[in-house]
Amino acid sequence: MSTQPQDNGRTASPPLQIAGRTFSSRLLLGTGGFTRMQTLDAAIEASETELVTVAMRRIDASAEGSLLDVIRNRGVDVLPNTAGCFTARDAVLTAQLAREALGTDWVKLEVIGDERTLLPDAPELLVAAEQLVDEGFVVLPYTSDDPVLARRLEDVGCAAVMPLGSPIGSGQGIANPANLTLIVEAAGVPVILDAGVGTASDAALAIELGCDAVLCASAISRATDPVAMAHAIRHAVLAGLLARDAGRIPRRTHARASSPLVGMPEFAE
Amino acid sequence: MIYVNGEPVDTRAQPTIRDVLVERGIDPATAGIAVAVDAEVARRGVWPTRTLEDGARVEIVRAVQGG
Repeated sequence: MSTQPQDNGRTASPPLQIAGRTFSSRLLLGTGGFTRMQTLDAAIEASETELVTVAMRRIDASAEGSLLDVIRNRGVDVLPNTAGCFTARDAVLTAQLAREALGTDWVKLEVIGDERTLLPDAPELLVAAEQLVDEGFVVLPYTSDDPVLARRLEDVGCAAVMPLGSPIGSGQGIANPANLTLIVEAAGVPVILDAGVGTASDAALAIELGCDAVLCASAISRATDPVAMAHAIRHAVLAGLLARDAGRIPRRTHARASSPLVGMPEFAE
Repeated sequence: MIYVNGEPVDTRAQPTIRDVLVERGIDPATAGIAVAVDAEVARRGVWPTRTLEDGARVEIVRAVQGG
């Protein structure tokens, strides 16, 4: 079987599917942190993403109204999150409001347990996930890198699991690749690395480890040149996929020569 | 008195949700907004008729940039 990339740079891997929907891009873009709408617009284009996240907040008469226009004019879909919610109750209500406002039953479920680290509150997350699934939502939960919690979220019917690489906005990359590997091995739903990506190599590593997709916000929006970083991370995700399909060599303790061991000339003293 | 996005608002007796939106300068036809009253979603279809009791807590939200 050939794993030769096609002309369009796609691989032999089947495309990403979430809840029966097929995506040609494996990069989700968070819209938080962009200082100018024009930069966000250009980053959406450069990333080639098909799904971008938004948050739900109180309407502010002074705020510009072009966010949804920018997203929709690019032809990408909106994935509302429940960022800022600390209880299952608030997260469920926020998801319901998002569904009403945006006409989508997809939700990136976040229930935060700690202000300083923004780490997920596992028990509240599970309660909210189960309730939203029961209400017909396509639930993509932001979760810790705990393989057991990931399995529990899948068991209650989540359409994907979104483990963190490291804390939101920290740019620390993938702090626990071993746990991430365990999650990937056990998961029957797509695994989307969410949070912690700092630069392109983190995104490539996530895919090499077996993640199905990567979500980036700060890594792109807060880069010195967000549009260039969107471009870089798009390629990193593709590189990671190509490398994974190609099959990396095993890690070895000692060296293994790549040049022949026989046929060495013997030079005169 | 009702509360709209956390602010106390003096209103005439039992305004509708639509009244509250209009009084705040929000066109009820605006796409991408949603309303909760006392921690429950009030669907767009009920905005013209649903009246708000004294002390009602109204939240009007929309999508903003976020990760």
